[in-house]
Amino acid sequence: MEWETVIGLEIHAQLATKSKIFSAASTAYGAEPNTQACAVDLGLPGVLPVLNQEVVRMAVKFGMAIEAEIAPYSVFARKNYFYPDLPKGYQISQMDHPIVGIGHLDIEVDGKTKRIGITRAHLEEDAGKSLHEDFHGLTGIDLNRAGTPLLEIVSEPDMRSAAEAVAYMRKIHELVRYLEICDGNMQEGSFRCDANVSVRPKGQAEYGTRAELKNINSFKFVEKAILIEVERQIDLIESGDSVVQETRLYDSDKNETRSMRSKEEANDYRYFPDPDLLPVEITDELRAQVKADLPELPTAKKQRFKEQYDQDDETATILSSSRQLADFYETVVKLSNCDSKLCSNWVTGNFLGALNKANLNIKQSPIYADRLAGLLRRIADNTISGKIAKQVFDSMWESDATADEIIDQQGLKQITDTGAIEAIIDKIIADNPDQVAQYLSGKDKVFGFFVGQAMKATQGKINPGEVNKMLKDKLK
Amino acid sequence: MYNKTITEQGKDLRAGKYSSVELTQTYLDRIKKHAGLNCFITVTEEFALKSAQAADKLLTTGNASLLTGIPVAQKDIFCTQGIKTSCGSKMLDNFSAPYNATVIENFNQSGAVMLGKLNMDEFAMGSSNETSFYGAVQNPWDTKTVPGGSSGGSASAVAARLTSAATGTDTGGSIRQPASLCGITGLKPTYGRVSRYGMIAFASSLDQGGPMAKSAEDAAILMQTMAGFDPKDSTSVDQAVPDYSADLNTPLAGLKIGIPKEFFSEDLNSDIASTIETAINEYKKMGAEIKQVSLPNMKLAIPAYYVIASAECSANLSRFDGVRYGYRCDNPGDLNDLYTRSRGEAFGQEVKRRILMGTYALSAGYYDAYYIKAQKVRRLISEDFTRALSEVDVLMGPVSPTTAFEQGAKTGDPIEMYLADIYTIAINLAGLPAMSIPAGFVEHKPVGLQIIGNYFTESRLLNIAHQYQQVTDWHQQTPKGFE
Repeated sequence: MEWETVIGLEIHAQLATKSKIFSAASTAYGAEPNTQACAVDLGLPGVLPVLNQEVVRMAVKFGMAIEAEIAPYSVFARKNYFYPDLPKGYQISQMDHPIVGIGHLDIEVDGKTKRIGITRAHLEEDAGKSLHEDFHGLTGIDLNRAGTPLLEIVSEPDMRSAAEAVAYMRKIHELVRYLEICDGNMQEGSFRCDANVSVRPKGQAEYGTRAELKNINSFKFVEKAILIEVERQIDLIESGDSVVQETRLYDSDKNETRSMRSKEEANDYRYFPDPDLLPVEITDELRAQVKADLPELPTAKKQRFKEQYDQDDETATILSSSRQLADFYETVVKLSNCDSKLCSNWVTGNFLGALNKANLNIKQSPIYADRLAGLLRRIADNTISGKIAKQVFDSMWESDATADEIIDQQGLKQITDTGAIEAIIDKIIADNPDQVAQYLSGKDKVFGFFVGQAMKATQGKINPGEVNKMLKDKLK
Repeated sequence: MYNKTITEQGKDLRAGKYSSVELTQTYLDRIKKHAGLNCFITVTEEFALKSAQAADKLLTTGNASLLTGIPVAQKDIFCTQGIKTSCGSKMLDNFSAPYNATVIENFNQSGAVMLGKLNMDEFAMGSSNETSFYGAVQNPWDTKTVPGGSSGGSASAVAARLTSAATGTDTGGSIRQPASLCGITGLKPTYGRVSRYGMIAFASSLDQGGPMAKSAEDAAILMQTMAGFDPKDSTSVDQAVPDYSADLNTPLAGLKIGIPKEFFSEDLNSDIASTIETAINEYKKMGAEIKQVSLPNMKLAIPAYYVIASAECSANLSRFDGVRYGYRCDNPGDLNDLYTRSRGEAFGQEVKRRILMGTYALSAGYYDAYYIKAQKVRRLISEDFTRALSEVDVLMGPVSPTTAFEQGAKTGDPIEMYLADIYTIAINLAGLPAMSIPAGFVEHKPVGLQIIGNYFTESRLLNIAHQYQQVTDWHQQTPKGFE
C-alpha cells in the first residue's frame, strides 16, 4: 500500500526581549543558576505578573508577516499542572483567544511553491529547568529561564513529507530572524519544535492517529525524527497493530522515538482566563506602528533582487536568506556603484566563502561593505584584474588596509600603458617563433600560451582583454 | 489615648501630649494584656518601637503625614519584608517575605507604626476566623463568639482597642462581615483601587484590601494611604486618588438611598432588620430619599461566588508545593509524595475543600457548566447593581444575616457558614465599593449597616458613613472590659 505522511509543527520561538514576559528580570542566556529569577519568576506569595509590551509588539509583527488575523483582544490563560520547575503550578499561556489567528507561509520544495497554513500563534512563558545530574539523587531547579517569553507557532497539518516540514521550519526560522523577534539560536533552545506526525493510505480523506514528537532542536533531527516515526507507524499498521495517540520523545543518539505518555495519561490542564492580567488590546495605533516598522520580508526581497539586480533565482535566494547578508549586498552595490552581478559574485563567492571558512557571521566579518566596495571599484575601472583582486581580498582579510592601499603597497596596479603592453607582446612573439608558426598554421589553442606568457611577464598586472586584442592584431 | 480617633491622636502627637513611642507602648501593653483574644499572629514590638521613635522625630520636622506615628496592625495576608507572613496557614508558618506588599510600602512611607500581623482565616477562607492555623479569634463583645472572618483578627483588635486601626482584605465580605460583628467601620474599596501586589491571593478577581477602623473619618485617612495605581498590579486602576477626607462633611439632603428588597429576606434576623430600618430612618431625618429597588439575581451570588473564588484559589494555591518555600513534609519518597504530603499536611480542611471544589469546576467536561455559567451569573449580578445604582446614589441593607455566633456553631456545616456572607458576596462579584458601619446592637452584640456605592465612589460612601456617625454614637461604644 502507498502511504501518505501528514505533519503539523508547533514551533516555540523565544522572543528576543531584554526582560521576561511578566517580570523585569533579564532573559540573558547562560547566567549562574537562579541569578536571573526575581520574586515574580520564583512565584513567591503575593506577586503579580505585568505584561512586557515588547512581546505584544513582536507577536503582532509576526502576525503581520504571515498575513494573519491579529486579535483586537487576546486573553492570557492559566495552564495548570504541577512540576518543580513551574514555580506557580501553572503556566501563563493563551488558549481560546490567541494574539495571532489564521495565517500562512509559502515554502519551496523541489522548485515547487506550497502554501502552509498557520492555525495560530500565541504568547506564553517558558518554565525553568530541572537538572537531574550533579545532585546525588536530588533534582536541582534553575529558574533563570522561567518567564522567558515564547511565541508558539502552530501550523495546520499541511506538510506531506519530512522535507516539507524542514523547509517550513527553516522558513519560519528565517522569518523570525528577519523580523528580529528571535535570535534563532537552536543550541540555546531559542528555537525548537514539536512535530505532530501521522500516516494514512494515499487517497484517504481522514487523518490517521497522530503521535506528537517533543522538543526537537535542530533541522537535521526534525527530518530524522519524522522519517523514523513514519517508518514506525507504517510498520505498526502493516503488521496489524494501530498507532496510539501519544507524546513521544526523539532520541537522537539512538535515532528512535519512544513513548513519553499516552492520551489517557495526559494532563487535564484546566485552562481558565488569568484574573491577574487584563485582556491584551491591540490598538490601531500599535498596528500602524508595527506595520511601519515591518522590514521587507524574505519573499518580497528575493523577488525585488531578481528584478532590480537582475539576479537568477538561486543567487536571489542566497542573497535574501538573511537580512544582514541582503543589507550587506545592497550596501556593496550602492557604495561601489558597480555592476550588480559583479557585486553578487563577490558577495556570494569570495566573501561568503571566507566567512564560512573562518566560521564567522556577517557582523563578525573583518571586511565591511565599504572596503569590499572599494575593491570592486578597482576591478570595474580596470585598475586590477579579477585574479589580482582575489589576492588583494586575501590581504584585506588579514589587515585593515583598503584595496587601494594594498594595490599601492604591493604594486599590483594593472599595466594600462599600450606602448608598454605592445613592447612586451612584441618580445614574446619574437622569442617564440615556433609557437607563432603553429598558431598561424591554424592551431588556435596556442593562443592561450601567448596570453600566459604575457601574464607571467607582468605578474598578472595586465588587462587580459587588452592583451587578447593586441595579440590577435599582431598575429594576423 | 487608645480610644481616640486617628485625627485626635495625630493632634495630640503634634501637641506633644504624648509621643508615638508612648502611644505605641500603650497598644503593645494592651495587646499583651488581651492576648487571650488571639488577634495577633506576630507582634513586632521592637520594629514598632523603632518606627515610633523615627515617627517622633519626623513629627518635629513638619514633614509628617496624618498617619505618622499612628500605630496600625496589618492583616497577615500582606507580605512584610523580613517579618513572618503566614496567611493564617501552617503552609507559611516558616515564611518570612523577602519584600513588602505595596500597601505595606505605602504605610511605611506615611510613617505609620506597624504593631504586628493580625490573625485571619487560613488564606482568607472563612467567615469566623476559625480556620486559622493559629487558632480562633475571640470577639471582644462576647468572647464565646466569633469575630467574623476572614479579617477577624483585624476587627477584634480594632474593637478591643489593641491598635488605632487595621487593614483587612475582602473577597466575599471579609472586611465588612467582621466589621459588622465587632462593631467597627470597614471599607471594601472598588476592585482595582488598592494594589493587590504582595497581598497573598485567594481569588484574584475578587480580592481587595481596605481599611478597618473606629470611624469613617479614620477609614478615610487610611484609604488615602492605601489607594492608588500600582504598575506592579495589572488590575489596579490608573485613576487619580481623591482627597477622601474632603467631602466627609457634605450634607446628605437629597441623597437617594435604594433598599434592595432581596436584603430583607426571611433569612434575616428580625431584630437585625429593625435595627437596619432604624438606621435608614436616621438618614431620612438627614434629608435622604428612600426607594425600594431590586437585585433579582442576588440569590445566585453564593453559588456563582463559590465556583469562581474556588476556581481561582485552586490555581493561586498551586505555588505552595513544598519546593521553594513554606512547609515541606519530612523525607519525601518521590516528587508525588512531596506534593501530596506537603500540601496534605499543611493545608487545613476549608482550604482543601475549596481547592477541590475549584479543581472540579475547572475540569474538562465541567468547565462550561460551572465556571462559564458562574461568569455569566456574575455579569447578570453586575447588571442588577448597575441598574439599581442608576436610579439611586447608594444601596443600604444589612451586612450579615446574624450577629456574632458562638464559636463552633457553624464549623460542622460549611453551607451554613457560607450563608453568613449572603449580603456581601454579590458586591465582590460586581467589584463595587461597600462599607460596614456600626448601627446598633441586638442582644448586646453589634449590628452593621452596609452602604454600597457605584464604582470609585469611596469618598461618597465615607461621607455618608461619617454623617451618620455625627448623629449616632454606636461607633464609639467599646466592649466591656476593653474600655
